Amino acid sequence: MTDTDVKVVYQRPIGLTDVTTHYCPGCTHGVAHRLIAEVLEEMGELRNTIGVAPVGCAVFAYNYFDFDFVEAAHGRAPAMATGIKRTLPDRLVFTYQGDGDLASMGMGETVAAAARGEQITIFFINNTNYGMTGGQMAPTTLPGQKTSSSPLGRDVETQGYPIRTAEMLATLDGASYVVRRSLHDARSIRNAKRAIRTAFEIQKAGLGFSMVEFLSICPTNWGLNAPKSREWLKDHMLPYYPVGDFKVSEEAERVMKEVR
Amino acid sequence: MAKEMIKGNVAVAEAAVRAGLVSYFGYPITPQTELLEYLSARMPELGRAFVQAESELGAINMVYGAACTGLRTMSSSSSPGVSLMCEGISYIYGTEVPAVLVDVMRGGPGLGNISPSQADYTQVVHGGGHGEYHLIVLAPASVQEAIDLTGEAFYLAEKYRTVVVILMDGFLGQMMEPAVLPPFKPVNMESPDYAVAPKEGREKRFLTSINIDAPTQERLNIRQMSKWEEITRNEVRYQGYYLDDAEYVVVGFGTCGRIALTAVREAREKGIKIGLLRPVSLSPYPTEVLDKLAEQAKGFLVVEMNNGQMLDDVVSIVARRAPVHFYGRMGGMVPYPDEISQAIDEMVNSDAGPELDGRAKWLELMRETIGQGA
Amino acid sequence: MPPKGWVEINDLYCKACETCIADCPQKVLALDMSRLSIKGYHPAYMAHPEKCIACGICATVCPDAAITVYRGTPPGFEEKGTE
Repeated sequence: MTDTDVKVVYQRPIGLTDVTTHYCPGCTHGVAHRLIAEVLEEMGELRNTIGVAPVGCAVFAYNYFDFDFVEAAHGRAPAMATGIKRTLPDRLVFTYQGDGDLASMGMGETVAAAARGEQITIFFINNTNYGMTGGQMAPTTLPGQKTSSSPLGRDVETQGYPIRTAEMLATLDGASYVVRRSLHDARSIRNAKRAIRTAFEIQKAGLGFSMVEFLSICPTNWGLNAPKSREWLKDHMLPYYPVGDFKVSEEAERVMKEVR
Repeated sequence: MAKEMIKGNVAVAEAAVRAGLVSYFGYPITPQTELLEYLSARMPELGRAFVQAESELGAINMVYGAACTGLRTMSSSSSPGVSLMCEGISYIYGTEVPAVLVDVMRGGPGLGNISPSQADYTQVVHGGGHGEYHLIVLAPASVQEAIDLTGEAFYLAEKYRTVVVILMDGFLGQMMEPAVLPPFKPVNMESPDYAVAPKEGREKRFLTSINIDAPTQERLNIRQMSKWEEITRNEVRYQGYYLDDAEYVVVGFGTCGRIALTAVREAREKGIKIGLLRPVSLSPYPTEVLDKLAEQAKGFLVVEMNNGQMLDDVVSIVARRAPVHFYGRMGGMVPYPDEISQAIDEMVNSDAGPELDGRAKWLELMRETIGQGA
Repeated sequence: MPPKGWVEINDLYCKACETCIADCPQKVLALDMSRLSIKGYHPAYMAHPEKCIACGICATVCPDAAITVYRGTPPGFEEKGTE
C-alpha cells in the first residue's frame, strides 16, 4: 500500500472552531455540537446559518461553532430565533437549549414557536438537571432522582412530575418534526445525526417547526464517570424518555425518507 | 401633503412603516392595541414581518433577534407589558443593537387601569431592567410630533446602536387629530457590518450581552457611558414657550406639557411673566436649558400625570436656586387646564424659599381635596 | 497483515473521558499514563495500534471531536516490517 491509498474516514468538522470547549470530560454537549457542525458542513449551509445560544452550560456555544451566532436571554431563544427568521427567511435558524432553558424558563416561548409553526429548528439537550448552576432539579429530573435541590430524590408529591417535552410538542399542529434521540452510543449518535439533517432539511423546505430532543449525560453533576453515566442514561432515562419520532407531518415524512 | 384625521396609535404605526420598518413584534394591551392591529394588516400587505407574540416577553425577544440582523424593528406596549419587556431591553442595550419601542402609558401600579398616565417616567427614563443603561426616551405631545419622532427614533437607534423609546400616554395613543404623514422611505435590507446576516466569504459573527471576564465588562460599560455622554451632548430636544422673559417656568412633558400650555397662555393674558419648558427628549434630559432658567426664574412648577417622578430630576437640576412647586394627577386621571392655572396662581403668590420641593405640599392638597376616604 | 488504519488523537481537545476507550470494539485505545496534556489530562492513545480496523466508532462517540480516523497502512509501518 502507498500513501495515496490512505483515506480519511473521519476528521473534525470545519463548522467547529479550534477552541477547546469548557464542557466537562465526557459531556455529550460536545457530541451534539459536533453533529450539528457536521450536518451543516455536509449541507453546505455553514455560511447561511444563524444559531441562537441559551443560558445554561451551552451559553458559550457561539465560541465553538464557526458560523454566525447570537446569545439569548434565559429561555427566550425560540422568540429570538423567530425574530431572526422572520427578518431573514432564507437563512437556517436554530436554537440550542438545555432543559432548564427550554422546558422551565422558556416553555412558553417554545410552545408558542411550535404552535405558530415557526420555521426554526430547536435542538434540546435533556440531561435531567441544571448543569451550569451545579446540578439542581430540572423539569426533566426523574422521579426519585437526587439533585442538589432535591437531595432526598425528586418527590413527585411536592415537586411534581418530569415533562416529556417531545411528546407534548408533538400534539401541536404547527410542529412538523418532533423526535427524541439519545447520544449514549455510536449507533444512537448516528441516528441523532440523521434527525439533525432531517430537521434542517425540513426547515429549508419551509415545512414548519422542527425539534430534536437529545438524551444527554452530565457526568460531573451525576457524580459518575462518562462510561457509567452512559449506563445510567440507558437504565434510567431511556425507559422514561423513549427514543422515537413523535410527530412527523406528511411533508416531513417525505424529507425524512430522502435523508435515509 | 394634506392633513388627515388620524389616531395617535395608528399614526405612529404608519409613520414606522414609512420609515422603513422591516419587522414588528407585539402583544395586545390597552391603550396601545390599535398600533398592533393596524400593523397586523399593513405589514403583511407590504411583504414585511409581523408577529403577534405569545407575550411581551416573547415580543421583545423577537425584537432582540431581529435587531441582531441590524434591520429596522420595533415593538409597542403599555405599562404592564413594558415591565415584562424590561428584561429584553437590558439585553438589547447590552448587545448594542438598534430597536424602537413605543410605550403608551396607563395608570398603575399593578394592573391599574387603562386610562392615560405618565407613571412610568422613572421606569423608562431611569432604568426598569437590570444593569446600567440609558435609553433615549422621546415624549411627543401631539399626534404630529409622535409621527415626526417615530422617524427620528429609528435614525437615533441606528446611529447609536441603542434602544429608543417613544413614551406616550393613553391620551395621545387614543386621540385623533389632524396630522401629516411623511413620504415613504425605501426599506433597507442590507444588514450593517456588526450584524448577524451570514453570507459566503465572510468570517463568522456573534452578538452577545455576556462578558464573563469582569474587566472586559467594565471596558464595555465605559464605552457605553462614553456613548451616552455623546448622546447627552448631541440629542437633547425640547420645546420652549415664552421663556425669554419668564420669571416663572412650568415644566411638563407629553400630554401634561400640552395641557399646561393652555394654562400658561391664560396666565400670560393675566400679565404673569411665565413660560413653559416641555422636554421632548426625557433622556437625555434638557438639563442645560433648565439650569440656565434656574438662574433667572423666581419659581418652577412641575406638572405631571404621576406622583412627581420628573419632579425629582427638576429639583436636582434647579439645585435650590428657586422653589420647585408640583402639581400632579395619578391613577389615570388627567388634569384640566384650570387645575394647572390654580397651581400657577399658588406658585406666583407663594412665599416659599428656594429650598422648596413641592411634593409634600401637593400631597397634602390631594389628601384634602380628592383623597377623602382614601 | 498490516492494520487497516489508525487514529490520531489531538491532545488539545482530548479530555480523557474514556468514552472512546470504552466503545472501541478492538480495544485499541487506552489513557497514556506516561504523560499529561497541556490541559492536565492523560490523553487517550493507541495502546494496540495493530488491532485498529478504522471503524470510526471512537470518533463517532468522542464529545470533543479530538479524533481523526484514517483507513490504510499507517505511516512508518513498512519500515518496522512484519514479514
